[in-house]
Amino acid sequence: MKYVDEFRDPETIEAAAREIRRLADPSRHYRIMEVCGGHTHAIYRFGLQDLLPENLELIHGPGCPVCVLPMGRIDDGLELARQPGMIFAAFGDMMRVPGTRGTPLEHQARGMDVRIVYSPADALEIARKNPDKHVLFFAIGFETTAPSTALTLKRARAENVPNFSVFCNHVTIIPAIRAILDSPDMRLDAFIGPGHVSTVIGCRPYEWIAENEGKPIAVSGFEPADILQSIVMLLGQLERGESKVENQYRRVVPREGNRAALQVMAEVFELRPYFEWRGLGFISQSALRIRGEYARWDAEKRFDVPGVRVTDPRAAQCGEVLKGVLRPAQCKLFGKECTPEQPVGALMVSAEGSCAAYYNYEHRKRAARNLVSLR
Amino acid sequence: MSGTAAETPPAVRFREARIEMAHGAGGKATRRLVEGLFVPLLSDASAPPLGDAASLELDGARLAVTTDGFVVTPLRFAGGSIGELAIHGTVNDLAVAGARPEVIVAGWVLEAGLETEVLEAEVRAMGRAARQAGVRVVGGDTKVVDHGKADRMYVTTTGIGRFLPGLETDPHSVRPGDRIILSGPIGDHGITILLARGELDLEADLRSDTRSVFPMVEALAQAAGPAVRWMRDPTRGGLATALNELARDCRQGIQLQEQEIPVRDAVRGSCELLGLDPLHIANEGQFVAVVAASGAAAALEAIRGVPGGEEARLIGEVCPEPAGSVLVTTPYGGSRIVDMLVGDPLPRIC
Amino acid sequence: MCLAIPAKIVESNPENPASGLVEVLGVRRKVDLSLLTEENPSPGDWVLIHVGFAMSKISEQDAAEQLRILRLLGEAEAALEEVRGYGSSTSDGGEQASKPRK
Repeated sequence: MKYVDEFRDPETIEAAAREIRRLADPSRHYRIMEVCGGHTHAIYRFGLQDLLPENLELIHGPGCPVCVLPMGRIDDGLELARQPGMIFAAFGDMMRVPGTRGTPLEHQARGMDVRIVYSPADALEIARKNPDKHVLFFAIGFETTAPSTALTLKRARAENVPNFSVFCNHVTIIPAIRAILDSPDMRLDAFIGPGHVSTVIGCRPYEWIAENEGKPIAVSGFEPADILQSIVMLLGQLERGESKVENQYRRVVPREGNRAALQVMAEVFELRPYFEWRGLGFISQSALRIRGEYARWDAEKRFDVPGVRVTDPRAAQCGEVLKGVLRPAQCKLFGKECTPEQPVGALMVSAEGSCAAYYNYEHRKRAARNLVSLR
Repeated sequence: MSGTAAETPPAVRFREARIEMAHGAGGKATRRLVEGLFVPLLSDASAPPLGDAASLELDGARLAVTTDGFVVTPLRFAGGSIGELAIHGTVNDLAVAGARPEVIVAGWVLEAGLETEVLEAEVRAMGRAARQAGVRVVGGDTKVVDHGKADRMYVTTTGIGRFLPGLETDPHSVRPGDRIILSGPIGDHGITILLARGELDLEADLRSDTRSVFPMVEALAQAAGPAVRWMRDPTRGGLATALNELARDCRQGIQLQEQEIPVRDAVRGSCELLGLDPLHIANEGQFVAVVAASGAAAALEAIRGVPGGEEARLIGEVCPEPAGSVLVTTPYGGSRIVDMLVGDPLPRIC
Repeated sequence: MCLAIPAKIVESNPENPASGLVEVLGVRRKVDLSLLTEENPSPGDWVLIHVGFAMSKISEQDAAEQLRILRLLGEAEAALEEVRGYGSSTSDGGEQASKPRK
């Protein structure tokens, strides 16, 4: 078992796709939100939308940490790193995200010491190797990523590494789903749940979606067979008039999550009273900050953060797209002022942002009608 | 904005305030810089400027000329080094223009403090690569800059070649129904370099594919010369960028079958880990050719008959749609558009 | 939102869980196994890797069970098609007869 190829087997996928076409009631229009940007990426990457019936629409949700990060936070992080002797370390995902005065890569071109790291632990390692510099790790991510940052902070504290701090932008997924469900113009039938976040938080935190909101949810893996099987599960629930939390990704996701990860998060982080989400506005208790015991490694406490607030251009309709009210191409700026190379709105920024994914993979495909299929 | 001087000022369309790394990455930004700045200011209108090599007529002889600069960190990596790249890169640009590489001149920019031992090893590597590729290095130039003003050494090579008879390549001759042939697995070079930098802490048994593709091109020309429409070595920006440029130039669609594109396990594994697409990863020893359907079988057989060409594959077809784009069909019957790269491939965690 | 992939543990040291070594298609990387100490990860186990940390031990049993269910889907469909007289070789991705509704 390789845990990848088996779930990309064309026959298996074809069978699941047939089952979806069989289950889908042609007289209905289905709107299913995949919460996680990783699913959005996989759906486009594997061309899964082509396998689904026309009356089954996948709505791309808010689970893209880069997309929902307000521009002001990027400005703040880069402003801190502009001080002499600073190294700005971040995941590759952040490197092309524009702040008011440009992206981290553009700051690098102007002389900032910018490093791409694969892991928070690598950022700490850069600090150990460069004792005369200060490494600012610009942390992003949902609950999947937050435990790694927490462990890294614990190590920095245990070793008393003096020249390392974290600018924390970790967010939590449940409040974002709640914000979407609370939106009056929301109309969704079911959710494909974020599989990798669930390795940490487990399946229980979704129960209110099924019980109080009456929406089926399937916590899903990311291979083509996983996503299609989740849709089969959701259509089955809808047909039977049920709403429950199903765990399609049992091989990876324990129902209770990862206790050690939850524990280290609780030790190092606490909930912020509120946090701004790009496109969704302020959401209470939706983000993490670093606890007082770790103040020395908390960039927000250690340095004077400018606290920049940047409002997105009014014409960008990111919020509506995030909530599934508008499709990416229905936004007034889509593909004109707002493209992956010159993004205006949040969702065009990251490759897994729904607008960027739609633009890269679908937009021009749709534009070119009458595709000739290869033999 | 209009000039009233006797000579109309060339239209510089490049409006970006600074040169970023992306402008050298071979993707969209590079194309903007070249088309928006270099072409309007420097190009001779009589020659199409964006091919791999210029075609030039001197006293009745038609020659191919190309130049390429090489910067790579680290200088040495599994399977090669900057010296070999500097020869192979230019040899390959001539080869895919349909020319037999004949001579090379080289320019070195050296950082003061560079160990002679390092330089000697690279010059030896160049000599060896040149002999193997059958080109003569006939001249060169050396400059030394202050310590800290360059990253150890840079090499620029300029090559001249003689066009092979019976081979005319032009993106505008590409027609629907033409077949796309790839000489072997993609991504070996780019991933090898990424791993060699050590920043990502990944290890794999993988070597750069740096080599001359001329023997394969020559075999192709002999077996199916008149059927060959276009060739390119997919270096920076990878196969996706090379084919997007073709799609744009020929105004046809390029449809690829994903499962036909050979990718080694270690490249696939690295790409899975880092969230990269092998189609965007650089190659230094592969080429891609568009061949009329009638000649495709002979072309494939010829390339496979050359040592090192055994893994050549038919990977797709030219179609009227989606005009100007590259469409990849997944093994499940779905499809996606694959764009040119914007900047360098960056590892992602999301 | 989170790129995570399955990898096989090739080296682990319970004394120093931060220094595990995993392999994906021949690519090796040092990973931190600290979040899985309760599961006692050891060489040969498969784990899910995200940003250099192992997040979850992968259950071969659950994976096999999932594949079995997926295959049943295919077989049930094939059986259904046989009953309908379609044969089992359709791959045109085209229309199916409308499903029997409950």
